[in-house]
Amino acid sequence: MGNEQSVFFSRVLTELTLSFHIIYATIGVGIPLMIFIAQWIGIKKQDEHYILLARRWTRGFVITVAVGVVTGTAIGLQLSLLWPNFMELAGNVIALPLFMETFAFFFEAIFLGIYLYTWDRFENQKKHLLLLVPVAIGASFSAVFITIVNAFMNTPQGFEFAGGELINVQPIVAMLNPAMPTKVAHVLATAYMTSAFILASIGAFRLLKGSDHQYHKKALFLTMKIALVFSIAAAVIGDFSGKYLAEYQPEKLAAYEWHFETEEGASLLLYGVLEDGNEVKYAIEIPYGLSILAHGNPNAEVIGLDQFPEDEIPPLYIHYLFDLMVTIGMGLAVLALIYVVGVWTKRQFIHSRGFRWLIVASGPLAMLAIEAGWWLTEVGRQPWVLRGLLRTSEAATTNDQVDTMLVLFAGLYLVLGIGSVIVLKRMFRNNPVEQELQDRQEKR
Amino acid sequence: MTYEIIGIAVLWLFLFGYVIVASIDFGAGFFNAYSVWTNKQHILSRIIQRYLSPVWEVTNVFLVFFFVGIVGFFPKTAYYYGTALLVPASIAIVLLAIRGSYYAFTTYGSLRHNGWTYLYGLSGLFIPASLSIVLTISEGGFVNELPSGISLDYWKLFTSPLTWSIVVLSLTSVLYISAVFLTWYANKAGDHLATNLLRKYALIWSVPAIITATGIIVEMRTHNPIHFQRLVDLWPLFGISFLLFISTVYLVAKRMRYGLAFIMLVGQFFVAFFAYGISHYPYLLYPYLTIYDSFTSEGMAVALIVAFIAGFCLLVPSLYLLLRLFLFNKDYVQGNR
Ligand code: HDD
Ligand code: HEM
Ligand code: HEM
Repeated sequence: MGNEQSVFFSRVLTELTLSFHIIYATIGVGIPLMIFIAQWIGIKKQDEHYILLARRWTRGFVITVAVGVVTGTAIGLQLSLLWPNFMELAGNVIALPLFMETFAFFFEAIFLGIYLYTWDRFENQKKHLLLLVPVAIGASFSAVFITIVNAFMNTPQGFEFAGGELINVQPIVAMLNPAMPTKVAHVLATAYMTSAFILASIGAFRLLKGSDHQYHKKALFLTMKIALVFSIAAAVIGDFSGKYLAEYQPEKLAAYEWHFETEEGASLLLYGVLEDGNEVKYAIEIPYGLSILAHGNPNAEVIGLDQFPEDEIPPLYIHYLFDLMVTIGMGLAVLALIYVVGVWTKRQFIHSRGFRWLIVASGPLAMLAIEAGWWLTEVGRQPWVLRGLLRTSEAATTNDQVDTMLVLFAGLYLVLGIGSVIVLKRMFRNNPVEQELQDRQEKR
Repeated sequence: MTYEIIGIAVLWLFLFGYVIVASIDFGAGFFNAYSVWTNKQHILSRIIQRYLSPVWEVTNVFLVFFFVGIVGFFPKTAYYYGTALLVPASIAIVLLAIRGSYYAFTTYGSLRHNGWTYLYGLSGLFIPASLSIVLTISEGGFVNELPSGISLDYWKLFTSPLTWSIVVLSLTSVLYISAVFLTWYANKAGDHLATNLLRKYALIWSVPAIITATGIIVEMRTHNPIHFQRLVDLWPLFGISFLLFISTVYLVAKRMRYGLAFIMLVGQFFVAFFAYGISHYPYLLYPYLTIYDSFTSEGMAVALIVAFIAGFCLLVPSLYLLLRLFLFNKDYVQGNR
């Protein structure tokens, strides 16, 4: 197997592992916050339903955590195994957040262990709730730190090259790179948003399946309110991400938007298909849209792909991913808004089967947007691993057994994926809420 | 002390932490599977589950800490080991995944199936075996640097007696460490049946553990004479380690002070582990990599050490809390809560 093939299979394996890990990681970042909110409300209102909500979410959560840990360990090792040249450089400059991430993991793992096994050990419920704080902080900070590494890959800084040697390394400067603020904020907001929609999906699904229990209605309303807040946040921060790109990675933005010629007052293309290289068809054109998105000014100049050499332009299919992400993002924000306003104004149609099915779809759709978003930004960085410094093709391993490992890991993820779905389904089916509420009443 | 020494000492310490906690975990999984196999499940399972469930994720983080830290402190290891270890490390990941999913699917998800239990028990033996290969490789002679890149000589690796002695050492140590710890734990729980059974396992596995450990030093003589000489120079440390070993076995055999016995055992491994580490100095990979020529940039070194100290200050109280609630808490251990 030649080196080109090593590069190819290393990419596929990285894509596979990350795309799989991100599902569990997103849930892992967001759910602790949701559990915290539910338990907190439960304690404040002395409402058994919210406490039970927290308890049941936790039970599902530990399963996704376990798979998240397993796949995270895989990607952590794979980064060194598949991209040794990149990691050698990364070790010199951006190892600090990776290292701090392990402390976040420690923190999360320790307190999750304690939290799980101490549900009924404290007289004062608030003490038990307090144990969840480090879990939620630890989980969110894993996301913060790893996203900082990823931001660094987009805008590397904090070091100098002199005669092939790295000098003047400043780890803090490397961490505080220009891509960091928007990226970290967007990743966190979308993780919370996605987790809220996933929990909302479950609530809506239960209601559709005949259970008319107050418990599910409370769960649905709570999660939809949270989802609304974070989907608005995600859209606003997403807009800032666009402005960041216009300034620091104009080729990436231009590729997202199929913006070929540098021009003032650029219009924004939505949807459409690309034919014969650079002919856009069937797109919806919004005059001045791109200039507003990029610079907040309808007449601003937006740099196009004509300013960049052919071999530094990312694949143009990422426009479809961008459309997918933004469409889902806008759609879900509207969905949550309608629902929340509908509850406040006591509309009936939000309780209709059709509307509930829409909510059921929201969780999977949000996860799809997460996948689209990561593919978008990672493919949009190509051909670079470290933008402007190290090409993906130069960073890969020279080992020629990557293809076999790809098969091995694909099998593993298949088993883990199927296993977690089966277990989660059984867990909630064999132990319906009504039953559990009754059991708890009797225990009193 | 130089930054290099601080870096490798920190990593070695965490690796030691992993060796101990993971050995307990791996061994326990094996004993659990074995007890299902021999229909003695009622004796052991409860004790094992009770200790393991709250801490398994923490165990894994020790390993993550080590491999993330080593790339931070010694980035060149990513290049050498990363390239060479693709296959063995991938296999270890898959095995670790099997263990992680066992917890997810059976302990939390109540998907009970004896197949998983066996797979889980066996993975506890294969993981140390596959991870210990890294130590073998670090002795040199198996990795070649060619113009086309780094390559690992599998044939030589798998036909070398050194490889197999290290594999056997890792297995016997896992079972020995685990058995001694669980004897103590079962005793605290007041479970006499389990204590007796585990005590028997501890005594059985002590002998092969010490024999294989000695065997490796002998093996080294032909494989890596320089390293052998350095090991011999450190004989007082290995002597201390041996005395600690004798004390543990004595206490366990006399059914006395199991807690102290376990502390002696940790001491034995600690001394031997660090003696081995010191004798390896300054090489990370004979003869290509030393801790000096692979070290990270100075700015990063300082940052990592500061981050480490800060993190450590958070970590120690949290770990203490965990141990207090699950290890030293009488009610929990005895299953009253
Ligand atoms: C639920 C998921 C989700 C939703 C609804 C959105 N995004 Fe997003 N987006 C992500 C999930 C995501 C992500 C997975 O979190 C990404 C990938 C990498 C990153 O930094 O965040 C991302 C990246 C990303 C980028 C690229 C940043 C870069 O390449 O550095 C831009 C410009 C936007 N988003 C903009 C938006 C806009 C304008 C949205 C309007 C609604 C939007 N996103 C909704
Ligand atoms: C978890 C969310 C992430 C997902 C889903 C993801 C996905 C991807 C995808 C799809 C590619 C392939 C691009 C291509 O081949 O054209 C890629 C590339 C890459 N990503 Fe990410 N990524 C994520 C986060 C990160 C982070 C945080 C890092 C760094 C620590 C990282 C490191 C890399 C590297 C080294 C490559 C280069 C290999 C390649 O081009 O395939 N990724 N990633
Ligand atoms: C290249 C990218 C990544 C690497 C190397 C990586 C590494 C890891 C590792 C090693 C673990 C296991 C930790 C343990 O043993 O407890 C893990 C788990 C986790 N990762 Fe990732 N990760 C990556 C991408 C991401 C991203 C992009 C996010 C968030 C958006 C994320 C969030 C998490 C979380 C929250 C956990 C804890 C497990 C859980 O709660 O589900 N990771 N990751």
